[in-house]
Amino acid sequence: MTTGSVDVLVVGGGPAGLAAAISAHDNGAKVLLLEREARLGGILKQCIHDGFGLLRFGEQLSGPEYAERFEDELHAREIEYRTLTFVTGIGQNEDGAFAVHTVGRDGVSVLYAKALVLATGCRERTAKQVFIHGTRPAGIFTAGTAQHFTNLLGQMPAKRCVILGSGDIGLIMARRLTLEGAKVLGVYEAKATPSGLTRNLHQCLHDYDIPLHLSHTVTRVFGSDRLEAVEISKVDETMSPIPGTAQRVDCDALILSVGLIPENELAEALGVQLDGRTRGPVCDGQCMTSVDGVFSCGNALHVNDLVDYVSKNAQQAGKAAAYYQAKPRRLIQMTPADGLLYVVPQRLNLNESNRATDLYFRVREDENNCVLHIEADGKEIFKKRYAFLRPPEMENLTIDFDSCGLNETSRVVLRLEKSAKETV
Amino acid sequence: MNTAAINKKLQKAFGGRFSAVEENGAVFVRGKSDDWNEIIAACQTAAEKYGATHVVNDIVYTGAQPLPMRLPSLRDDALNGRAPDVLIIGGGISGASIARELMKWKLDVLLVDKEADLALQASGRNDGEVHPGIDLGKGSLKHKYIRRANRMYADVCQTLDVPFHRVGQYVLFRSALLRPVIGLYALWRRLHDGIEDTKLLSGKELLRREPRLSPDTKFALWNPSAGCVCPYGLTIAYAENAVQNGAAVSLNTAVLSMEVRGHRIVSVNTNRGTLYPKLVINAAGVFAEDVAAMADDRFYSIHPRRGTNSILDQKAGAYMHSIASVKDLHIHGKNHSKGGGILHTVHDNLLIGPDAVETPEKENTETRPESIKTVFDKQTQTMPALSQRDIITYFTGVRAPTFEEDFILEPGRNTKNLIHVAGIQSPGLTTAPAVAVDMAALAVELLKKERPVEVNPAFDPVRKGVPVLRELDDAAREDMICKNPDYGEIVCRCEEISKGEILDALRAPICVPTLDGIKKRVRPGMGRCQGGFCSPLVTKIIAEFLGVPLADVRKSSAESVITFGETKNCKGGDEA
Repeated sequence: MTTGSVDVLVVGGGPAGLAAAISAHDNGAKVLLLEREARLGGILKQCIHDGFGLLRFGEQLSGPEYAERFEDELHAREIEYRTLTFVTGIGQNEDGAFAVHTVGRDGVSVLYAKALVLATGCRERTAKQVFIHGTRPAGIFTAGTAQHFTNLLGQMPAKRCVILGSGDIGLIMARRLTLEGAKVLGVYEAKATPSGLTRNLHQCLHDYDIPLHLSHTVTRVFGSDRLEAVEISKVDETMSPIPGTAQRVDCDALILSVGLIPENELAEALGVQLDGRTRGPVCDGQCMTSVDGVFSCGNALHVNDLVDYVSKNAQQAGKAAAYYQAKPRRLIQMTPADGLLYVVPQRLNLNESNRATDLYFRVREDENNCVLHIEADGKEIFKKRYAFLRPPEMENLTIDFDSCGLNETSRVVLRLEKSAKETV
Repeated sequence: MNTAAINKKLQKAFGGRFSAVEENGAVFVRGKSDDWNEIIAACQTAAEKYGATHVVNDIVYTGAQPLPMRLPSLRDDALNGRAPDVLIIGGGISGASIARELMKWKLDVLLVDKEADLALQASGRNDGEVHPGIDLGKGSLKHKYIRRANRMYADVCQTLDVPFHRVGQYVLFRSALLRPVIGLYALWRRLHDGIEDTKLLSGKELLRREPRLSPDTKFALWNPSAGCVCPYGLTIAYAENAVQNGAAVSLNTAVLSMEVRGHRIVSVNTNRGTLYPKLVINAAGVFAEDVAAMADDRFYSIHPRRGTNSILDQKAGAYMHSIASVKDLHIHGKNHSKGGGILHTVHDNLLIGPDAVETPEKENTETRPESIKTVFDKQTQTMPALSQRDIITYFTGVRAPTFEEDFILEPGRNTKNLIHVAGIQSPGLTTAPAVAVDMAALAVELLKKERPVEVNPAFDPVRKGVPVLRELDDAAREDMICKNPDYGEIVCRCEEISKGEILDALRAPICVPTLDGIKKRVRPGMGRCQGGFCSPLVTKIIAEFLGVPLADVRKSSAESVITFGETKNCKGGDEA
């Protein structure tokens, strides 16, 4: 059994973990990064389409290319990392140090760290979690699994398929499978509005004449061995199937893109408090969770729309972890109100600088011509007009909270003012 | 009940549309209906609970016809001409456990199952409860076996290396008025069944033990002998131990017909050739009545009853550590459903269910939303914190009851070289270890009429399962990984399953190299992501192990294709 000790231990070698490790190193920390798969890069390895890095690098990279830039930086700095290394549990010593238990092909290890960065990414919601009923044949895949088969293993998971959910991976896979010669019969979305990025709706569906059916869902599957058909029903505003609208669509695969869930099993085991809206940890402006010394970033913190934001957020987490010292926090809440789905971070620590706090938020539903107000104790400290906001598109702002005269009793509220005059 | 009395009751209830006649010591109910529930009701009217005279459902069903029995596509003559001493039809818990017990004698035993794996029907689709034996009528076979079998469990599971947890069961009552009645019941149970351990607990004591259970509970009945086991794990373990000791197991093998002459089964026709067994054991579950008919020995009927269970995330497993269900004393009439309950499984999930719905379809295991709703509506009364949000999967099984709601464990009545192990439903998993001992003895007794049967001195009862690395302490795990680094390579992150464990499952005495086969043996894909991350990796490991292209790996049956071959070679659905 081997052991070791570092300043910052990063769990996860995807885009968040890579950026966090590099940033922690650059801020003077001794860093170790752990990755459970055989290679670094996380889910980017299988994202062979382009569109990554527009914000960060000003160019359109593929997923592996984007990851490679960070991997190169990691290697250039000779930051220590271990692949095929799986974290089985994390404990905390009396002195506050974290004891990270791992297994790998070389055995069991316990690694000690002053600070932890959890960059564990997210997982896909499954067929059973959206209550699809019927038989249990082969041929039902989450979009990411279908993408793994197609892009990493070079295998066709479908010839004639239906896609449920208009999340981005589903849209990407609609195009990908079409390019590989499969027939994509349609994308069905239970909500009345699409879940994916506008650019993906155009580039993946419209350009390939793949129909998008809003307010429809798959209610049942057929086939005892391989999928033979799905039953599709129209749904009402509450997303309940409308009786009498069911139709049977013959297909050999059902691909699901019905949402992502931040992976926080390790965080929860450490006692980290989660936000029911993001399903990620509640954190402060330094990405520190409710447990001192535990930082969270990337899709484990909240599901991002662009990897560029993941990298930016993880950089902050890595830096904060490098400077982490056990000291009391003075925390105040930031509350999303009227029209906002969530805001990250959920709290501010007044004992740290909040001069350039990165805020991420999403709206509940499509909004035109609206105004975001940020208020502290009823006093407006920031406002911004948006011509258009959609729930799939995350918004990012940098706010100076230090000049707002906040104190322990302050309450920061973000709310959306819907415009009186609707644009058509 | 004589047939005159039965016919009078049928006349009264159904206006003469059904009638009963006695033939070959069984009651045949005849008539015609397009309503399956009415057919069930008519046969139940004719049946006596736990009676020895069985009802045969001969009513013509004119409603939507169920599909014929699903058959494997495989056709070969791999088994052609084989003449085993004992042919066991059915690789569920009954067939597998009997096969293992038979190996204590020097016998050539062949077990066949039409599915691609063992325990694919009711034995793999139940809640895994090892029942304490309440609610069973005296004189029934269920009652006869339950206590003896329950006590065997710890030993059997240890010998076969199968997880078994004697977690105990709580029956919750919400009316204090019932307390004297249930108190008397517990006392009666002690005197009648000799079961000393059943106790009454106050609501307060219950909540001290299981704080998440309903605060409305006034008192509870505590049955500490109840437990839980992995039902398919136990079936596989029994079958593997049988194979270790010389039995043969042939999967994808369906019995299609039999030749019966002079009250004896002469030959058995399968999709893999014709067999000439000396003795046949019918452990065919819902199809036991069909096997009985093939063997010219039809004297009971099976009426399939669906039940759906939900599995909750291991996080919800922390809500409760035992088995519990709320009970309201109503006079249900002929409601045979136990109404389901909540069970902390051996794998630390919570299992909720099952419900009970009569169906003419013997192998329709489709799930339906109303089943989940029924069960949750009931079980949130047991535990208010239950949430459908915690569900990670759900599945349906089909029970195989007779109209007498009891087991049939006896030699053929008309056909002599046949033993029926039929009508096996709850608590059939619990009773299996004891039933298997007796059925093996019965088989030997029948065989001994024709020739001597010797004890097998080489029989080894111990079966070693695949090691579960995540349950080892650091030192033991380190040691295992040093010997085999594959044990350190985690493939399934939710259940923490290593590549080494998957390869061990592929090298087990009964190799089922499919995604579902591996999932049942070592659990990759059983967790909260349901194989989202690991299914491509496991598929690849199987393909490499078998030395076949990835597209040749199946989910379960030969037709359950996972991928259609390499990209760049695919023709779209329209042209295909």
